[in-house]
Amino acid sequence: MSMGLEVSHLNKNFGGIKVARDISFDLKPGDRKALIGPNGAGKTTFANLITGTLKPNSGSIRLDGVDIVKLKESKRVKAGVAKTFQITTLFKRMSVRENIRLPILERDGKSHGWFGRAERFVAVEDEIDELLGQFNLLDFAEMPVQDLAYGQQRLVEMALTLALKPRILILDEPSAGVPSSDSHIIIDAIERLPKDLSVLIIEHDMKLVFKVASRIVVLVNGAILTEGTPEEISQNQQVRDLYLGARHEH
Amino acid sequence: MSVDVTKSKTRNRFKPKISRRVLLDLVLVTAGIAAFFVFPNSLGFMTRILIMIIMVLSLDLVLGYAGVASLGHAALFGTGAYAAGMFAVYASANPLLGLVVGAVAGAVIAFVSGLILMRASGLTLLMLSIAVAQILFEVVNSERDLTGGSDGLLGIDMDPILGIYAFDFFGRTGYWYALIVLVLVFILLRIVVASPFGLVARGIHESHERMRAIGTSVYWRLVGIYTLAGGIAGIGGALSAQVTELVSLESLGFNLSAEAMIMLILGGTGRLYGAIFGTVIFMTVHHTAASIDPFNWLFVIGGMVLFVVYFVPEGFMGLPARLGKHLGLRK
Repeated sequence: MSMGLEVSHLNKNFGGIKVARDISFDLKPGDRKALIGPNGAGKTTFANLITGTLKPNSGSIRLDGVDIVKLKESKRVKAGVAKTFQITTLFKRMSVRENIRLPILERDGKSHGWFGRAERFVAVEDEIDELLGQFNLLDFAEMPVQDLAYGQQRLVEMALTLALKPRILILDEPSAGVPSSDSHIIIDAIERLPKDLSVLIIEHDMKLVFKVASRIVVLVNGAILTEGTPEEISQNQQVRDLYLGARHEH
Repeated sequence: MSVDVTKSKTRNRFKPKISRRVLLDLVLVTAGIAAFFVFPNSLGFMTRILIMIIMVLSLDLVLGYAGVASLGHAALFGTGAYAAGMFAVYASANPLLGLVVGAVAGAVIAFVSGLILMRASGLTLLMLSIAVAQILFEVVNSERDLTGGSDGLLGIDMDPILGIYAFDFFGRTGYWYALIVLVLVFILLRIVVASPFGLVARGIHESHERMRAIGTSVYWRLVGIYTLAGGIAGIGGALSAQVTELVSLESLGFNLSAEAMIMLILGGTGRLYGAIFGTVIFMTVHHTAASIDPFNWLFVIGGMVLFVVYFVPEGFMGLPARLGKHLGLRK
């Protein structure tokens, strides 16, 4: 049995448009892989296929050897696959603490009770404190999320997803909307993620990608062009022409 | 350790808020008791207000907390009313048993219709919710042998509550009965809203997408919330059947659904108090304005709704905070 995530021959069409072409890919425990590619390459589509937001037309997705392709999104989360959103999707009117409490209660199966206050579980509250500490958010714990700066909201987004204790974590453009002067905060947060967690980072910010990823996958037109170490990718002529080259034009 | 200090500091900040709430709760209950002595000639009207508050509280759970807009809440209220009424006529006139029957009937109809409604969202759900209430309306209307049809269900003659407190002509027992049931319903909702279940409801309100991404089965949670709301609206309906000893088709009508929603929006959604204040304000204004000008009273209600929507979108409950802001009392 192979541990981690294993995707093989994944295909997805929207009508006549092929958005995922025969993608095969794996992510082992502790991996830090980045998925890059030009706009419209199908990066978010690929992430959504893994989380179950989208259903593939063919292909398989295995988690620790078990096929999860038929599982609904909510079931895949329970199986250990979680993703942050490209556009921050938080419970904006709730406090930061409540934003983290909700996924922990859901993860532990404690979210069904009608009686007893939601904040009564000491272990859960301790875990919230620990997570908020990890992301330097403790001072903002009682603030409504909508009052936080955008960069901090990105951190809440990561903390919330991490609260699910996933084994596979997909970060969809974690630094999107964060001023580049602040991207070190995001990089720090990624570097502090648990070591045995498998992380797939979808990102435009090359500085961030080269900093945190040990391997880079290049996606073009829904298909994997190549995969390699940051070194190899930066040397690859095809990638330079297709992706980095295109960036230099503007 | 320095971390522990921060921990305890941030966690204790909730406490004063809770005691202020308890204070307001006590004021409201006192007002409910005082109203009995201050307006002894309006007990029937005030009992109707109490019952309507239960209905609007139930709607607040669905609309205010879970964010599901429904214009068919009368389906749940009316089902409770007819179930309790028919139970009293054909089975037992015990009021407390009747309440249970009303609650169960409301919950069952909410569960069954919720299975369909909660698959939809937005405008589709709004339309479907109206359809459910209209279907029930027509079923009750056509089964006149059982339900009395458009004449209403007559012949309800309730036993004394607990065998001691008989319903009287002036509605004294009815008022106390409704007030006590309302207080119990309010306490139940206050507990539920603060529970993990309530937190999930608020989460669903803010983002279905995110709730699915944390592993919640949004559909089944919504069905659960709707079922609970059905039980509570059913209790309201059962009370109205028992206190007035009559169930009319209007208890399933579109008007009732729409008025309940207006009351909730007037008072403010998602805070329980809004249901209380909105209902009291709406029904009092309605009562007063209609007795002054029976033809044009709706203008007054319309004006109030416009005022709230434009100036205090969070409802009358948000008025103190907004005024305080303007007067510079609060940040």
